[in-house]
Amino acid sequence: MFNFILRRVLATVPVLLIVAVLVFLLLRLTPGDPAAIMAGDAANTEQIAQIRANLGLDRPILAQFGIWFGNLLSGDLGESFYYKTKVATLIGQRLEPTLSLAALTIVIAVLIAVPLGILAAWRHGGWLDRALMGFSVMGFSVPVFVLAYILIWLVSLKLGWLPVQGYQRLAEGAGPWLYHLALPAITLSVLYVALIARVTRASVMDALGEDYIRTARAKGLPELRVLVRHGLANAAVPIVTVIGIGIALLIGGVVVTESVYAIPGLGRLTVDAVLARDFPTVQGLILFFSFIYVLVNLLIDLTYVFLDPRIRY
Amino acid sequence: MATGQMMERVARNLSVRIGASVIALMMLVAVAAPWLGTVDPSLFDAGSRDLLPGKSGDITTLEGETLKHTFLMGSDSYGRDIYSRVIYGTRVSLVVGIATALLALAVGIACGLLSGYLRWLDGILMRFMDGIMAIPAILIAIALVALWRGSIVTVVVAIAIPEIPRVTRLVRSLVLTIREEPYVEAAVALGTPTRKILFGHILPNCMAPLLVQGTFTCAFAILVEAILSFLGVGLPPDVPTWGNIMAEGRAQFVSFPHNVFFPGIFLAVTVLAVNILGDGLRDTLDPKMAKRV
Repeated sequence: MFNFILRRVLATVPVLLIVAVLVFLLLRLTPGDPAAIMAGDAANTEQIAQIRANLGLDRPILAQFGIWFGNLLSGDLGESFYYKTKVATLIGQRLEPTLSLAALTIVIAVLIAVPLGILAAWRHGGWLDRALMGFSVMGFSVPVFVLAYILIWLVSLKLGWLPVQGYQRLAEGAGPWLYHLALPAITLSVLYVALIARVTRASVMDALGEDYIRTARAKGLPELRVLVRHGLANAAVPIVTVIGIGIALLIGGVVVTESVYAIPGLGRLTVDAVLARDFPTVQGLILFFSFIYVLVNLLIDLTYVFLDPRIRY
Repeated sequence: MATGQMMERVARNLSVRIGASVIALMMLVAVAAPWLGTVDPSLFDAGSRDLLPGKSGDITTLEGETLKHTFLMGSDSYGRDIYSRVIYGTRVSLVVGIATALLALAVGIACGLLSGYLRWLDGILMRFMDGIMAIPAILIAIALVALWRGSIVTVVVAIAIPEIPRVTRLVRSLVLTIREEPYVEAAVALGTPTRKILFGHILPNCMAPLLVQGTFTCAFAILVEAILSFLGVGLPPDVPTWGNIMAEGRAQFVSFPHNVFFPGIFLAVTVLAVNILGDGLRDTLDPKMAKRV
């Protein structure tokens, strides 16, 4: 098992390396002077010359990558010319709201989607199953921001139950934190519920067709135990996998949701940085998000060993 | 299964019928936009700002003439007709959706065929694709459009790039399966040139899953274009796209929710129709894939 974990961890190294190369090339392959693009529209000639020297732009492209990658490895994501701080510091400051939103979304989505998926698989072809499949196509199709405005209009403006916008730090108490975060998290979880419920339904349905389910029922186990202990447990790997793959969608959703609900997190920072043409920050954020995505999927791969004892690499 | 039989089964599928009908209607709307009681979507009139749906008001043409116009969906804070902008927005969404799907398919097919057939290239190309797939799609699109500045072409290319690995992987896996089939072996034994095997024997057998993938890519592209415009990083704000109309309307959402809702409904219905069509095509053309999800 140790071998498996080691191999799996090592396998992510080339992926992260390629991501770094791609993000590096993003700016270099764009026509124009990278230093001028980096500096933004407000920079003067002196600042641009300074950046050019820092990035080593007069040297061959491989040397440039070496400088950039060396900085990256020491945790230096460069400096934002718009916010006048280190990009790494900026990301650290904005991390909490995004992490809160993402975590709450995943919790809500899993709590809703997994039971729904199991029920749909159990009564396959019934009204709940049809409704769930219809809902999941809707969930994929209604854009996050359209859904966000429908919910704001209904829940905040008409019913007045939750605030329209804003964020409260967790340090100021869990109550206000949840109160402000509930609507954004519900909005964002719809897409995720659609995704997870679909896969849960399909994989539990597969599991329920197996002989051991018939055996479990024949020996008189309560139906709930059959569904959870035998059905869900054997369907766990694809479900956990899709939660990991969905992180990419979640990150995209976070960017939009934070923008609509005015949450000062990383998603909002991404949009602000792009609008301000603050490319060091954009680069840093893309690297950061991709790193998280790869890392989460690595952790999920490692859970396979525990979820399915047959997996022994 | 014979092609004719397959086509018949596709045409009988309810999802395909519903999805295709709605899309056909949207295409008709896009083409016939000037004759649907619209005015030029860029026209505005200071006297007709923030009208509620159904109200009449004035609108000034480019020649300086003032016309009476009924604002079916109200007007925005510049006094532009939302109905006209939404109808013309159909054009942008459909063009971006279809062009992105075609581009992603074309590049993905080329990479997938190469990767599946030229073993030495496979490792490099697929690691490269893994790298692209590790970056969340919307971030790639946002960054590229920001670098290149928004135009239809840059938006299409930027949305297509993160979709290419998906098509490449699909084609590659199909090629790896199909190249073991006896008819390909026979063609190789007969000395058929590789190019002919790829395009004459292998590619035609990839068509059904590719059509399904292309449909989902189209839906995704329409969504992402709207998101880019909505965030203000897509097409310039004066271009009538659904995302732009919503971005313009969001500041006044509390008093005039229709500015956000009308384009939102069009967007959701269009994406829904394309997804339903994709589901129907998948169920009929590609039962193996249908079982997986």
